[in-house]
This record gives sequence, C-alpha cells and structure tokens, in this order.
Amino acid sequence: MSIWEYANPKKFIATTTPLTPWVLGVAIACLVVGLSWGFFYTPDDFRQGSTVKIIYLHVPAALMAINAWFMMLVASLIWLVRRHHVSALAARAAAPIGIVMTLIALITGALWGQPMWGTWWAWDPRLTSFLILFLFYLGYIALWEAIEDSDTAADLTSVLCIVGSVFAVLSRYAVNFWSQGLHQGTSVPVATGERTISDVFFVPLLICMVGFGLLFLALVLMRTATEIRLRRMRALEVRMRS
Amino acid sequence: MPDLGQFATPVLASYAVSIALLVALIALSLRRSRRVRAQLADVEARKERRDV
Repeated sequence: MSIWEYANPKKFIATTTPLTPWVLGVAIACLVVGLSWGFFYTPDDFRQGSTVKIIYLHVPAALMAINAWFMMLVASLIWLVRRHHVSALAARAAAPIGIVMTLIALITGALWGQPMWGTWWAWDPRLTSFLILFLFYLGYIALWEAIEDSDTAADLTSVLCIVGSVFAVLSRYAVNFWSQGLHQGTSVPVATGERTISDVFFVPLLICMVGFGLLFLALVLMRTATEIRLRRMRALEVRMRS
Repeated sequence: MPDLGQFATPVLASYAVSIALLVALIALSLRRSRRVRAQLADVEARKERRDV
C-alpha cells in the first residue's frame, strides 16, 4: 500500500470521514484537560506571576502557526511535482486554521508582553517575523479566492507558500539569529531536550500542544474533504449545464 | 477561580479571545462541511434524475 493512494479523492474521503470526529473529540478532550489544568491547578511563576498561564495558549498556537505553514509547504511541493489535487486542496484547507493560530499567538503575545515587557508590541525579530507570517497567510487566502481557475490558483499559491516559508523559518529561529530583541528563546528545545521549564508547567503545556496538534489535524481533514466535495459539486454542475 | 492578582485582565482576556477564536473556527468548519455535503447530495440527486 502506498501513501499516494490517498491522493485519490474518493479514497481520501472514505478514509478520513469516519476518522475525523474521533480526532476532533480527542483534540477537544486534550484542550479541555490541558487548559483547565494549566489555568486552575498550576502555581504562579516566581518572576512572571499568574501571566505564566498564558503559556498554555501562546506556545501551542505559535507552534501550530509555523507547523501549519510547513504542512502547506509540503502539500504545495507535492502539488507542483506530482499534480495531486488533494494536496493542493489540503494546503488551501490548512490556511484558515494557520491564520487563526497566528492570530492567537500574536494577541496572547501582546497581552503577555504588556505586563512583562511594558509594551504591547516591539519590532523584535520574532514578533516581526510572526507579523509577516500573518500577512503571508492573508495573502495566501486572498490569492486562492482571487483566481477562478483552480489549477492556476494552486500553482500561484504554491509559489507564494515557498516564498513565505522563509518567514516561517525566521519566526521559529529568529531568536537564535539575532541576539537583540525582547522575546526569550524557546523553553522546550526539541533538538537538545534540555528544558528550562519545570514539570509543573510542562505537563499541562504538553497536553495543550498535543490538543492543538490534533485539532489542526481534525480541521485539516474536515476542511480538505469539504474542498474535495465542493470541487466535485462544481464539476457536476458544469457537466449538467453542458 | 484562581487568584490572578494584578494580572487578571491579560490572563482572562487571553483565554477569552483564544477560546472564542477556536470555537468559531470549529463551528464555521463544521457548518461549512455540513452545508457542502447537503448541496453535493442535492446536485448528485438532480444529476441522477436527469440521467434516468
């Protein structure tokens, strides 16, 4: 069995339709547990006070904002190389989820920054690259809507996605590239595994990260299936008119 | 309710805005999925009637 079998729209819908409610259910359960745990049962940080509770929203949302763009990049490359329509539609389906995640990261970042840094916003490398990523999401969604021919739209948005990936990389590693800026480095470095965050905060954070990841997966599957159905509906309508 | 002290406003605002955005995203995705499914079923039924 090959992964490319799922590039067949019928196979994709047949496989994902029964799966999606389960993934969505587990995602919501993880989010309810993780956020309730973080909000109600974790102590204040010795330096940041109760604002540390914003971490359970800010970090998973920022993580998914970047990962959503990378998923779109992979799907776009598959479209450009192999011309599978499902991959182009999956990239299109992921964009509104990514933009909401970016918006949550920006808003919670500003709300966290004001009491900690004394400002809602600073032209810090990570904040700025995240704002540019948000603008790329807007441009990507607008480009899909603006072009009538879906193959042309998929081609152009794929190119835009490749260009925007530079900012997705920057938003993740900006703190390492430039030492100046207000934003701290990551507290959970995946590469080294050396955490600078106590387990008291890390365990609920991990549950929230899993919840955000599964929510993204469930919504991408659901929205991709919707895009496939919409495409089939339009094709049938054109056939019936002729 | 935990005592959020002087930071109650930013913490509560973060949760309120984020949960509202997530709920809206889920609700809109579900609504669109159901609407398109119903529309496709309708078009397929019309096509079947026409082909008979």
